[in-house]
Amino acid sequence: MSTPLLEVREVGKRFGGVIALSDVSTTVNAGEVTCVLGDNGAGKSTLIKILAGAHPHDAGEYLVEGEPVQLSSPREALDRGIATVFQDLAVVPLMSVWRNFFLGSEPRVGWGPLSMIDRGRAREVTRKALADMGIDLRDVEQPVGTLSGGERQCVAIARAVHFGAKVLILDEPTAALGVKQAGVVLRYVAQARDRGLGVVLITHNPHHAYPVGDRFLLLKRGRSLGCHEKRDITLAELTRQMAGGAELEALEHELRQERVVPRPSSPTLETVPAAPAAPPARPGRS
Amino acid sequence: MAVVAHTVDERLARTRPLDRLLVRPELGSLLGALAVFAFFSVVTDQFLSAGGVSTWLDDSATLGIMAVAVALLMVGGEFDLSAGVMTASTGLVTAILATQLNWNVWWALLASLVFALVVGALNGWLVMRTGLPSFIVTLGTFLALQGLNLGVTKLVTGTVQVSGMRSTEGYASAGFVFASTVNVGGATFQVSVLWWLGFTAVATWLLLRTRLGNWIFAVGGAATSARQVGVPVVRTKVLLFMTTAAAAWLVGGINVLRYTSVQANQGIGQEFFYIIAAVIGGCLLTGGFGSAVGAAVGALIFGMTRQGIVFAGWNNDWFMLFLGVMLLAAVLVNNAFRRRAERVRR
Ligand SMILES: Nc1ncnc2c1ncn2[C@@H]1O[C@H](COP(=O)(O)OP(=O)(O)O)[C@@H](O)[C@H]1O
Ligand SMILES: [Mg+2]
Repeated sequence: MSTPLLEVREVGKRFGGVIALSDVSTTVNAGEVTCVLGDNGAGKSTLIKILAGAHPHDAGEYLVEGEPVQLSSPREALDRGIATVFQDLAVVPLMSVWRNFFLGSEPRVGWGPLSMIDRGRAREVTRKALADMGIDLRDVEQPVGTLSGGERQCVAIARAVHFGAKVLILDEPTAALGVKQAGVVLRYVAQARDRGLGVVLITHNPHHAYPVGDRFLLLKRGRSLGCHEKRDITLAELTRQMAGGAELEALEHELRQERVVPRPSSPTLETVPAAPAAPPARPGRS
Repeated sequence: MAVVAHTVDERLARTRPLDRLLVRPELGSLLGALAVFAFFSVVTDQFLSAGGVSTWLDDSATLGIMAVAVALLMVGGEFDLSAGVMTASTGLVTAILATQLNWNVWWALLASLVFALVVGALNGWLVMRTGLPSFIVTLGTFLALQGLNLGVTKLVTGTVQVSGMRSTEGYASAGFVFASTVNVGGATFQVSVLWWLGFTAVATWLLLRTRLGNWIFAVGGAATSARQVGVPVVRTKVLLFMTTAAAAWLVGGINVLRYTSVQANQGIGQEFFYIIAAVIGGCLLTGGFGSAVGAAVGALIFGMTRQGIVFAGWNNDWFMLFLGVMLLAAVLVNNAFRRRAERVRR
């Protein structure tokens, strides 16, 4: 087996008195999707900020292609081929699609202080990179703010893929999206994976994670509940673990007795606690 | 996938013409300038004469240089309340060095440029370091410079002005560059008009065609996002504060060489006019959107109206009324645009 693209061994992070993360281990391989699952405040964002170089870790080990590192800025992570699509997407809503696409890595023509952005090429490359991901924007001049949430995710993903990322980290890309849009975004995740990228997908919805994931890291209150290969775990079990297993059974029992839920039947167990707001998407079909 | 592409196209077709139109921030100010121009051309005789044109161009020019610099800064998401007094401070430094210490005017100008850049960098560094709004930080610089201007001038000259530039070494050549005049059609045009046009052209090129321009829009529109994709946010913003200070130096130099003296209380209150001209030109108060051409046109509206009212023989109070209405209209238009552009679609 080749060296994983990324590997963390018992990493931890504290913010003053708050232990945001401790003893978390997982790996990210090329052409595979590692999902990080957990409720709000579980430490998902903290973990990926460590991976992305936004926070240095203060315990454990972080290895990039087998080499231990201590990243100190997102730029450093980018230079190592680790691209992150943060929850806020790192796009500037008032700027056009192509300006956003190339922001921070503008192609230039001309000499020294007189060099200019190669606008023709930037527009063309943007259009093509988006088309390669299956996004057909006729007008790359439109402000990114006028795109839908899903389209913005896709622009951010296409940008990371275009700039030669080896690892793509996505923080809750489906959290704010409707069923259909979430499905579209998950399809791009799968596409990035099929191009050989290692993907880290953060979500609190096991129904989004399970279809695309190869490995599932479960976090709760900053601690790992375990890291499972897909063959070792079913969707039902994943959902049960996320919701806290026994606690959930007690909750269901309670709810059933008090008749808060009108039609309690066993399948609701899968959806009620994990993702009450977002219905599951089935990106595999349609 | 075909489904997605299809919906995108559908929506594009629906909103495209309007978006395209609104995407030009200077459009409103251009229409406004045309209206003001037409109005005073009809109402007064003097407005369209060579003398009239040179008068309102002169009034617009120095204001325009500052408005363009302030527009760049506002696109970058910051304000500079010290920009007005800075025009006096730089003029005073130049004049004191040249008249009291007998420096060559060129060296005095160079020294005041360094002074301006240092204060600009300090403004930027303080804003970025403390994370405080630039409004507060530069209000501090504004007050400090105002005090310095008066205090130092009184200490050095015993009065509230520095004069006597005419007899300094290098006055002729510096005066030629910064304050000469050209006769066209029997009227005298100030060279500051050329500086204004040149500066506007350079700023426009910078904003729309260069990488730095891309970064300026980005740091003003979403600084965190810009940082995450590797834009040097601090460097870009500090550079913008330094540019504003350098523009103030240019205006200070133009004034000191033209009038051969500087009042210690010059420039106070002008900073708001710069901001107003930039806003009329399409700059959003929240940053990330605006235009250098727009700000230059905003200044032109200022100059045309201010002098047009004089030509018409009206009371000057009407200028402030006009200014207020113009500003409100511009802010409303700009805001409507931002809501369109930033509307989150899901
Ligand atoms: N910069 C910070 N300073 C202090 N506490 C933080 C910081 N970032 C995260 N935390 C804390 O760490 C915990 C995990 O947060 P986070 O990683 O954002 O969770 P998630 O993304 O899974 O919802 C939370 O309790 C949060 O309050
Ligand atoms: Mg989070």
